[in-house]
Amino acid sequence: MTKPISFILNGDEISCDIQDHWTLLHLLREELGLIGTKEGCGNGECGACTVIVDQLAVNSCLYLAADVQGKQIQTIESLAVHTGSLHPIQQSFVDNGGIQCGFCTPGMIMSAKALLDKDPGADQETIKHALAGNICRCTGYVQILDSVAAAGRQMAGNQGEGAAAAKDPGTITQQSMNKKAGEVIT
Amino acid sequence: MKPFTYLTPATMEEAVALFGQHRETARYMAGGTDVIVKIKDGWMGPDYLISLKQIPGLNDLHKNENTGELTIGALVTHAMLEQSLLIRNEYPIIYDAVSNIGSLQVRNMGTIGGNLINAVPSADGAIPLIALDGSALLVGPEGERSVLVKDLFVKPYETVLTPGEILTRITIPAQVPRTGSAYIKFGRRAAMELPLIGIGVLLAVDEDLSTCTRARICLGVAGPTPLRAVKAEQMLEGQPVTSDLLTEAGKRAAEESQVRNSVRGQAWHRKEMIRVQVRRMGLRCLDIINQKARQA
Repeated sequence: MTKPISFILNGDEISCDIQDHWTLLHLLREELGLIGTKEGCGNGECGACTVIVDQLAVNSCLYLAADVQGKQIQTIESLAVHTGSLHPIQQSFVDNGGIQCGFCTPGMIMSAKALLDKDPGADQETIKHALAGNICRCTGYVQILDSVAAAGRQMAGNQGEGAAAAKDPGTITQQSMNKKAGEVIT
Repeated sequence: MKPFTYLTPATMEEAVALFGQHRETARYMAGGTDVIVKIKDGWMGPDYLISLKQIPGLNDLHKNENTGELTIGALVTHAMLEQSLLIRNEYPIIYDAVSNIGSLQVRNMGTIGGNLINAVPSADGAIPLIALDGSALLVGPEGERSVLVKDLFVKPYETVLTPGEILTRITIPAQVPRTGSAYIKFGRRAAMELPLIGIGVLLAVDEDLSTCTRARICLGVAGPTPLRAVKAEQMLEGQPVTSDLLTEAGKRAAEESQVRNSVRGQAWHRKEMIRVQVRRMGLRCLDIINQKARQA
């Protein structure tokens, strides 16, 4: 059965028709063309499809599209700003080698964001508990955990230093990217 | 996924009426973490999926301070329980059990009611509710009835619920003074894994902080349904609880269990772990009781 729904997707109001049996993952990827969110197992085991619904990380492969009516959805596409600047979590994954093949990365980053938005000072155990539902088959978990912890420190710093720092991720990104480029050359 | 019509009743009466209309072509759904997987995998294929999410009050979680009774709505998610200070401080056995169900993503969606209704022998959620003498309120076409959580399960994947009945809430009676409780999901890893064995222990002691006034030893994956090791409990009640007595109770609980060999583990190993973990969980109960006594 087709029905109309409306919700907030990455800050924009969306109204569209859905089929009752569509998952949120299907709606995002196949209907709205947001292919940053990945389908891994399709059964809620791997976390590749993780998105944030009303501040909670969920498996979009098990979440019915019909249930997003009136809710706020964040996907990986919402993180980098239009100028190309990365979100501190994304930048931290780049800087700390938290990415290998990249397939698990959008899910990892959305799980990390759901945690760090609430608790940027999360310790190692808390980070592990929050990310336990995200599988990385390249098995680069140490770097991923380091990336999240470093991003948390940065986000906590941004909050502490006030709005100016938080609103200027461009500068941070540019510096980090220069540093990274320098490392590659030498 | 096989197409279905998604129905979102706003009241319990409406939900039951919808089921009456569509009967065997309909399924109820709470959080969906089991039902959607089963539809995707072809284990079930309802034409009508009746969601309980829009019914107000089903995600109620509160303790009545006058009666000491705890109410957990069937649609309370594992994450809500895990993050509740009330649960963490006063019902540690529930916290221990729900904080390692699935992953955080699953706990944000999956509900305690769904966990019970799914009726897997390993249901982490059932063990603490049995240990706490919880009862479930069922509402259906014939009206409502209350069933002890320990009597909810018939066999794997089957409960006493009749067609059209909905589990609406769990009620936990007031805990007796000086109660401690603990659960361990024992396995190779905690996240995204079913336990090899699940062991929940609840102890209450007399004012001497030693004589056991109530003992509950509940086991998951130790038989076709979650079970209580009643004879082991009886060994403890009325006696001063010591490490040695807990060891004996652990041995007894292992004998009472109906563990078997499976792909995830051998029966002898499961028995050994029951023996060891009943003692450890019992000692943790005593720690909790003593800690609270010092604070008081």
